[in-house]
Amino acid sequence: MITAPDSTAARSGVPTLIQGNVALAEGAVRAGLDCYFGYPITPQNQIPEYLSRRLPETGGTFLQAESELASINMVLGAASTGARVMTSSSGPGISLMQEGISFLAGSQIPCLIANVMRSGPGLGGIKPTQADYYQATRGGGHGDYRTIVLAPFDAQEMFDFPMWAFEIAEHYRNPVLILSDAVLGQLKEPAILEPLESPRKNPKPWALTGAQNRPSRNLRSMYLSGDDQEQLNYVLQEKYARVEKELPESREYDLEDAEVMVVAFGSAARIALSAIRMAREEGLRAGLFRPVTLYPYPGKNLREVTERVKRVLVVELNLGQMLDDVRLSVPHDVKVSFYGRPGGGLPTPGDILARIKEA
Amino acid sequence: MVMKQVFGRPQALFDRPNHYCAGCGHGVAHRLVAEALDHYGLRGKAVGVAPAGCSVMMYDYFDVDTIEAAHGRALAVATGIKRANPDLFVFTYQGDGDLASIGMCETIHTANRGENISVIFINNAVYGMTGGQMAPTTLIGQKTTTTPKGRCTATEGAPIRMAELLAGFDGVACSERVAVYDVRQVLRARKAVFRAFEAQLRHVGMGFVEVLSPCVTNLKMTPDKAQAWVEHEMCAVFPLGVRKTLRDKEDDAQSQSTTESDPNAT
Repeated sequence: MITAPDSTAARSGVPTLIQGNVALAEGAVRAGLDCYFGYPITPQNQIPEYLSRRLPETGGTFLQAESELASINMVLGAASTGARVMTSSSGPGISLMQEGISFLAGSQIPCLIANVMRSGPGLGGIKPTQADYYQATRGGGHGDYRTIVLAPFDAQEMFDFPMWAFEIAEHYRNPVLILSDAVLGQLKEPAILEPLESPRKNPKPWALTGAQNRPSRNLRSMYLSGDDQEQLNYVLQEKYARVEKELPESREYDLEDAEVMVVAFGSAARIALSAIRMAREEGLRAGLFRPVTLYPYPGKNLREVTERVKRVLVVELNLGQMLDDVRLSVPHDVKVSFYGRPGGGLPTPGDILARIKEA
Repeated sequence: MVMKQVFGRPQALFDRPNHYCAGCGHGVAHRLVAEALDHYGLRGKAVGVAPAGCSVMMYDYFDVDTIEAAHGRALAVATGIKRANPDLFVFTYQGDGDLASIGMCETIHTANRGENISVIFINNAVYGMTGGQMAPTTLIGQKTTTTPKGRCTATEGAPIRMAELLAGFDGVACSERVAVYDVRQVLRARKAVFRAFEAQLRHVGMGFVEVLSPCVTNLKMTPDKAQAWVEHEMCAVFPLGVRKTLRDKEDDAQSQSTTESDPNAT
């Protein structure tokens, strides 16, 4: 069982003012990152830029690929040897990687993918959104597979989550996606750059290391016999069932006596947190439920909390995607309202406060 | 009297029948790769990258570690493996659609980076596994299921000569086009595969072999006719021979010592 890092836990070390993207990159290095492959796209460029000088210091490998297609397939190759490997991108680049992510999931090869979301659809813009929620949590590529999705909401979690992500990825042999956005990626704030634990060297009896004194190994997702392909899918579904039982993670803020519960993740949760504190100052009993894993969705936790509140307000930087998961989780007679801004617009805490009052 | 074995199955091949059509060139090409794996003692450190195409199931035949790449991405996967663990011996085995069409970008950039990877390229002028559609190497006038009137330069472009194209990259250590239509060509092909392996073992860049191979099923020919078609029709468009020669070992040593002794070298 792998537990989520408690990023609010007291730890020794001096806080460093650090940009979210750099915190994520350094967090990956501290988690034992062996290789990074990526291609430039805003707003995640600080990740490859930082790792291009940092990884050579640790004996790791940095390579700028010719495209995101190449990046994700280099990740697949490198990770197949048992190395800890990551890539990062945004919007269009993550779309290009979907085929490779499907292959990683189908071949059961662990790796870390970071999506620093920008607005879409199409080329979109470089402002923050959470519009890739469906793509991240519903598979994104072809076939019956899932990507495990983690949603940090500050620089400390950007630093802490790569270690957690690699442990999850290797435990379940599945790609893990850290879903942040232009706000979290670009924002500079204090974080303590000391990992909560040391990176482990997990045994990888499937890794391609050369068939020296052992039978040869093969990593694949294709089985032309229908029975074998069906069997692979049952193996994957059994794994996802374990993931859904063991991994869901959420955080609760001021929910003990709340009448109105805001549900938000990532940067939307940061703004919502300010909004519920403003509401409290006005005597409104508001609280925040923040999903930390988006797949598996912490629906059971949410349902339990919902029994204590009267109204639910979902806030997202899109026009209602996680809203589906909230509706699937809460009792059908609970009133769920929604407030979202698409295309890179950010609500103010005041905007959310107004919706809390209406909810 | 002591009997000496002079011929047998290479250790790097499993003892099992393959799925390739009778008369297909893959069987011979597989054997040549396996002989090279045996010759250089690479079974314990090799990783083979299988493409999308008929030869995706090469992992059922090669008794070395193998991985399956998405269509066209074999050289990106191979790059990842080699960069993560340079001690591994990495080879790809790709068809013309994989290497020269959907994977052209990966092919060119891997060549340009001079990755120490051995590339076996099977050119049979047609998409085999999907049922005989036009390939980037389909000949002008050649009928396929997507060029029913024959490939036309004006609308489909001309066949791409990969051995010549890749020979132009500094990162490519050797590039050669061979065939398997008769014994002499098979022996030449064997030497070319060995050279492509040696390039990697000497860390001098990509080793590339283009093998002209008959696709009997999609050419709708008997094996002997298909071999003759490769010899006369394909070879006219894709001339056999070395396009870039693997340097002698002495040259490697010389160029390395030059680099090391030059304080201004960057």
